[in-house]
Amino acid sequence: MNFKELDVSNPYFAYDPAKCIVCSLCVRACEEQQGTFALTVEGRGFESRITAGMDEPFLQSECVSCGACVQACPTGALQEKSIIEMGMPDHSAVTTCAYCGVGCSFKAEMKGEEVVRMVPYKDGKANRGHSCVKGRFAYGYANHKDRILNPMIRDKITDPWREVSWEEVYAHIGSKIGRIQQKYGRGSVGGITSSRCTNEETYLVQKLVRQAFGNNNVDTCARVCHSPTGYGLKTTFGTSAGTQDFDSVEHTDVVLVIGANPTDAHPVFGSRLKKRLREGAKLIVLDPRRIELVRTPHVEASYHLPLKPGTNVAVLTALAHVIVSEGLFDEAFIRERCDWDEFQDWASFVLQPENSPEAIEKMSGVSAELIRGAARLYATGGNSAIYYGLGVTEHSQGSTTVMAIANLAMATGNIGRPGVGVNPLRGQNNVQGSCDMGSFPHEMPGYRHISDDATRAIYESLWGVKLDNEPGLRIPNMLDAAVDGSFKALYVQGEDILQSDPNTHHVAAGLEAMECVIVHDLFLNETANYAHIFLPGSTFLEKDGTFTNAERRINRVRKVMEPKNGYADWEVTQDMARALGQDWNYTHPSEIMAEIAATTPSFAGVTYELLEKEGSVQWPCNEKAPTGTPVMHIDGFVRGKGKFVRTAYVATDEKAGPRFPLLLTTGRILSQYNVGAQTRRTENVVWHDEDLLEIHPFDAETRGIREGDWVKLKSRSGETSLRATITERVAPGVVYTTFHHPATQANVVTTEYSDWATNCPEYKVTAVQVSPSNGPTEWQEDYEEHARQSRRIVHVEAAE
Amino acid sequence: MSHDEKFKSGDEHLVYMANQIATFFTSQPEAERAAGVADHINKFWEPRMRGRLFEIIEMGGDGLSPLVLQASETINRPRAA
Repeated sequence: MNFKELDVSNPYFAYDPAKCIVCSLCVRACEEQQGTFALTVEGRGFESRITAGMDEPFLQSECVSCGACVQACPTGALQEKSIIEMGMPDHSAVTTCAYCGVGCSFKAEMKGEEVVRMVPYKDGKANRGHSCVKGRFAYGYANHKDRILNPMIRDKITDPWREVSWEEVYAHIGSKIGRIQQKYGRGSVGGITSSRCTNEETYLVQKLVRQAFGNNNVDTCARVCHSPTGYGLKTTFGTSAGTQDFDSVEHTDVVLVIGANPTDAHPVFGSRLKKRLREGAKLIVLDPRRIELVRTPHVEASYHLPLKPGTNVAVLTALAHVIVSEGLFDEAFIRERCDWDEFQDWASFVLQPENSPEAIEKMSGVSAELIRGAARLYATGGNSAIYYGLGVTEHSQGSTTVMAIANLAMATGNIGRPGVGVNPLRGQNNVQGSCDMGSFPHEMPGYRHISDDATRAIYESLWGVKLDNEPGLRIPNMLDAAVDGSFKALYVQGEDILQSDPNTHHVAAGLEAMECVIVHDLFLNETANYAHIFLPGSTFLEKDGTFTNAERRINRVRKVMEPKNGYADWEVTQDMARALGQDWNYTHPSEIMAEIAATTPSFAGVTYELLEKEGSVQWPCNEKAPTGTPVMHIDGFVRGKGKFVRTAYVATDEKAGPRFPLLLTTGRILSQYNVGAQTRRTENVVWHDEDLLEIHPFDAETRGIREGDWVKLKSRSGETSLRATITERVAPGVVYTTFHHPATQANVVTTEYSDWATNCPEYKVTAVQVSPSNGPTEWQEDYEEHARQSRRIVHVEAAE
Repeated sequence: MSHDEKFKSGDEHLVYMANQIATFFTSQPEAERAAGVADHINKFWEPRMRGRLFEIIEMGGDGLSPLVLQASETINRPRAA
């Protein structure tokens, strides 16, 4: 008898073999939908049993906890623990995940005000019924004990917090902002919109800054992730967004992935990609690390170009060199769709000997043969599509890299139809939307420059104020100006710049120099350690609105429970605006979307009614495209002719040397998300409860470092300590870590170097030294104590 | 660049950023170089950054790329506050 015990090792679901009929639907879901191949049927005939991995508990197996098997199981053998504990739900609503930029649709299944489970929605056009461990299971942070539900203020950041009423906090904000602007000038204050909040909320924050603060000092976390995408694609194609929908990958023959790790960072799209690759599409990976896609069950990259961090532009230009020198470009496409003279200028540039694969080999560490092979496959393999992530943008040449990618797509005619294109994989759930909504200091909603008189006139007429026609400060400029003494107050909605932005010491110095930092968040995050006013936020479950994902898809977010803090974030921003003298009277986010649509040509057709009818739409959505635009640039580029741009390689000034001989690159892991504010407060910590430093066996051995040892990671900016894990995923000379845990504060090590065009930080290249350590650094211990002191709260009794 | 007392703490960074922009446009067709630098700074730099850039230029432009100096002729001077 092949008896198997109940397996409750996974924090989110249980496997009861006694209920299993060995129908294999779970095995098929794991293989066909998820592509992990973690499940199998062990034994024969009546002895057959479903097992995970090598007959291991689920938690120890390769299972990535996507939940596809649980959803497929017809008998309840695989069942969510929440169902076992709470019983079946009694009602549901379809909403959108608040994690990565894939933007999965979920049915929130409820019992009263409690979420029983999140089930991936089969009609969701971004995810087609699939999910990952974060969206499917990691929503428990909404009820976490750390959540702050009352507004709080304090005079100094060394004081404990004091709970106050909403009326008092708004009066306090009105008086503080007013006093600071009177004393230091209108430009002394600013705001940061959140890529985790809805389009409507983001729109209101930039409106608050422009209308009530009276300046353009508004920015968003895209500054530190995909701002080079905005610059690069607008310059070359005319639109600051990806060109395709996710369905496009079904028609792709060659996938080029550069600087992205979709199976960890965009897992649901990663699964679709793996499915297409199992069907026979070819894969080229450009990445310093041997990411999972390079070799995973039934998928193997045709080419992995393990380039040295910081050499993206050199390698991409070398690919172009091969395409031009071997006549592999699409002349008919270029003549019709691009400026032929500009192409010829660019072709002459890429043909220069210094751009040949042989010349690039030494600096990039990638053999000329690999570069030539990859270029030929991309140019001649059929429909070729480029997918990229922050490994492209977070460099001093981030914008140049995006333009080099666009050059390749135009040169080979891989633009303007399903299966091809340039696809930025966006980091946060609404980073596309926050950019669309005018969160940048130089642009109004719809990417219209602030100096454009006609655009300003639209808003001046509607808002009844004169708008400044000068660009405002970007986040790093705000911090520089704060240190220099001219920037004094900041409203931060739903971001944690102290943990996420580079050079933590500089961020802290900037925040400390301000007289009023207002943090609006679910938790007392790291930035709140430097704040004077705290406004409690609401989760995505507690409000209505829309998110826009990486494929420009506008998806509805639906309220399934009342805000635990009493107000949705858009209501809090509205009350702030009122405290600052503005007459805002929105009663529902649909009214905010109506204002967006009325003022933004690419959103002109978007209404909540249309979203109800269609499920979702991709912008542009207007008279010309009433139900949206899945693929862009079909008949022509938005800017007219596609623009080829010379992309000369300029080595970063952040160089490895005798003091700092290794190059650090940072990223994220499947189970955690961004600064971890949400996922660290869920059971996902069983997979990743601390940041680890990946180091190659050679580099570890020469430093006397063993698996699990504490090591000190030091750069010219700062130092931190964490444990090491020894792996060949990284090449010799390269180390890697995540930035999910404030105890590590990986960004204390990263530097102020940034993209030349956008100031997007160069997170992906930091020269470091790694040495054995006996535990956390003095700075880490001091910071922990500072954070502990900063989070003291004086509670007040509720009024009778 | 020198650490003249007249310089503010962020000046070195400002000069570095301006030079980075100039480095990119140096690789572009000659006719577009100075105009490209000026257009970029006009579009993306907040007035107090441009104002400080002019102050640095007026102090001799120490450390600034010649292309930035050339471009400064068409960089918009910020309005008086």
